[in-house]
Amino acid sequence: MLALLKRDLVLATRAGGGFGLGVAFFLILCALVPFGVGPQTEALRPIAPGILWVGALLACLLSLDRIFALDHEDGSLDLLATAPLPLEGGVAVKALAHWLTTSLPLIVAAPVFGLLLHLPGKAVPWLIISLLVGTPALSVLGAFGAAITVGLRRGGLLLSLLVLPLYIPTLIFGTEIVRRGMEGGDPITPMLFLAGISAAVVALVPFAAAAALRVNLR
Amino acid sequence: MSIWKYANPVKFMRSSGAILPWVVAGAGLCTIGGVLWGFLTPQDYKQGSTVKIVFLHVPAAMMAINIWVMMLVASLIWLVRRHHVSALAAKAAAPVGAIMTLIALATGAIWGQPMWGSWWEWDPRLTSFLILFLFYVGYIALWSAIDDADSAADLTGVLCLVGSVFALLSRYAVLFWNQGLHQGASLSVAPGERMSAVYRYPLYLSMLGFLLLFVALVLIRTRTEIRRRRLIALQAKEARA
Amino acid sequence: MTLLRVRDLAVARGGMRVVENVSFTLDAGTALILRGPNGIGKTSLLRTLAGLQPSVGGMMEHAEDAVAYAAHADGLKPALTAAENLKFWSSIFGGGAVGPALAAMDLLSLADRPAASLSAGQKRRLGLARLLVTGRSIWMLDEPTVSLDAHSVALFAKVVRDHLVAGGAAIMATHIDLGLSEAETLDLEPFRAQPGQMSAPAGFNEAFA
Repeated sequence: MLALLKRDLVLATRAGGGFGLGVAFFLILCALVPFGVGPQTEALRPIAPGILWVGALLACLLSLDRIFALDHEDGSLDLLATAPLPLEGGVAVKALAHWLTTSLPLIVAAPVFGLLLHLPGKAVPWLIISLLVGTPALSVLGAFGAAITVGLRRGGLLLSLLVLPLYIPTLIFGTEIVRRGMEGGDPITPMLFLAGISAAVVALVPFAAAAALRVNLR
Repeated sequence: MSIWKYANPVKFMRSSGAILPWVVAGAGLCTIGGVLWGFLTPQDYKQGSTVKIVFLHVPAAMMAINIWVMMLVASLIWLVRRHHVSALAAKAAAPVGAIMTLIALATGAIWGQPMWGSWWEWDPRLTSFLILFLFYVGYIALWSAIDDADSAADLTGVLCLVGSVFALLSRYAVLFWNQGLHQGASLSVAPGERMSAVYRYPLYLSMLGFLLLFVALVLIRTRTEIRRRRLIALQAKEARA
Repeated sequence: MTLLRVRDLAVARGGMRVVENVSFTLDAGTALILRGPNGIGKTSLLRTLAGLQPSVGGMMEHAEDAVAYAAHADGLKPALTAAENLKFWSSIFGGGAVGPALAAMDLLSLADRPAASLSAGQKRRLGLARLLVTGRSIWMLDEPTVSLDAHSVALFAKVVRDHLVAGGAAIMATHIDLGLSEAETLDLEPFRAQPGQMSAPAGFNEAFA
């Protein structure tokens, strides 16, 4: 399992792995919003938590199809399926690799991009915490969507169509935490909901994803 | 005889063919009757004539949810007991459910415009139905994207399972997100009915009509799909002989 | 010792039976070569035996975690070097050392080259060297000699023979004579599925026929 994680991390960070593309996309998104809504603080501040969360979510979506598609093309997935490690574990490890290479850089970058959107300083810790708690669910749900669409020719678009509705609860609680943190409300309640969703998704969805992968391999 | 015998394609074709004319007739009578009767009801003192849209809106909304539940049950039957008709019934129900959701959303918007002063409000109920519609669209898109029939049935079944959990989760998340201005449920089993009998009986009739309409459409669509599959299989067999 | 026992196996491709009633046993130290025209179902049979797709009838027995499968795709990552690729599969399968495997397929001089810069034949050799690091007894090979030159084919034949001598077994679909005198041949043509005699549906649509 550790070998698989290590390989996926090496592949993502070597040339051609697409490491950092997600952050660049996130930056462009955050830079575009002020052009759309105007540069005034009053316009940007209330929507900053939402833009940052939606941006992180879309940036996360970009690299989802890479989780299984490349391994499917070069036959690695067949070999992994005949390997002694359970496919559920393989799915979880690949989702973890996706989280480390895509979501973690986004979390590091989010407070900086928050400056662009005039996010007040006291909301920043809540932004980081909410992303830390919520993004594992995004990666695992994305792995599920990638597992379902892995054999398809035009899988990419379908993947977004299937995965984005699944992201709604995470997005709602995630932004609510930041908004309440910003306005001095109680961020703990949505935090508990988000942690609950994240934990349940990480524990259960790999089984559904592995089942979908097995169907796609035969 | 076990109920599962009806999942046999031949048996299903025979029994569904026998009841289909009755279901279609019942669906036509109840739907048209319910909506017409509803149209003839007196105007509400507060909502005026706009109240009459309720005879379309409420049955469509009810079916939008129930059809997804039916798809969930059918998917489970396919995944656990491998009854092929069940998978096709789930496939056949999805577009009907999507249209029902769309009717509920559209009639809601038409009713909401004079009542709330806007075509769309991010009210928890409306939002939940919009999310439900997205799940229907994803499910239908997945069916049409996969060429291999076995994989399509299995993958859409898994998606329906996971989707159901998240549709429910979204419902409560949305409630948390916005408390909303939608009026309470139109019908309630609790004592202290909210709706007078003048409206209630045509509504019941209309709901029955929509239910029968759904059954009729699913039966027709499932039968068509079975015939199509049979044709494909027979052609493949002939090509090899 | 019998490593693989197959009885009355039926295999489907794209929801249709292709071969049926296939029976054979594979003993330690023996090899079986599958023959038959294109489309007869050699690949589907091998995938079924490897557990990658379900059979539609009959039975097969082999020890758990005994199969190493190699097909047209070699499972190589272009960004990793030859040695890194092998090291990865070795640690996934908990198998043998990388050095001897590279040496056996004459790849030592290429060990530190990224897989992207290898030629088709060299990649193929690397893919076959992977079999050695899995440490598994039954090799299931689908056209293993594609894009290999005569020298490499001889090299590969020697690797297979060593594997058999060491108590392993191999089942492969190939059109090239590897010069494995100990190998038996199984022609799949007599097992071609006959339309009409259907016991259980092989695919979704056949359930309605």
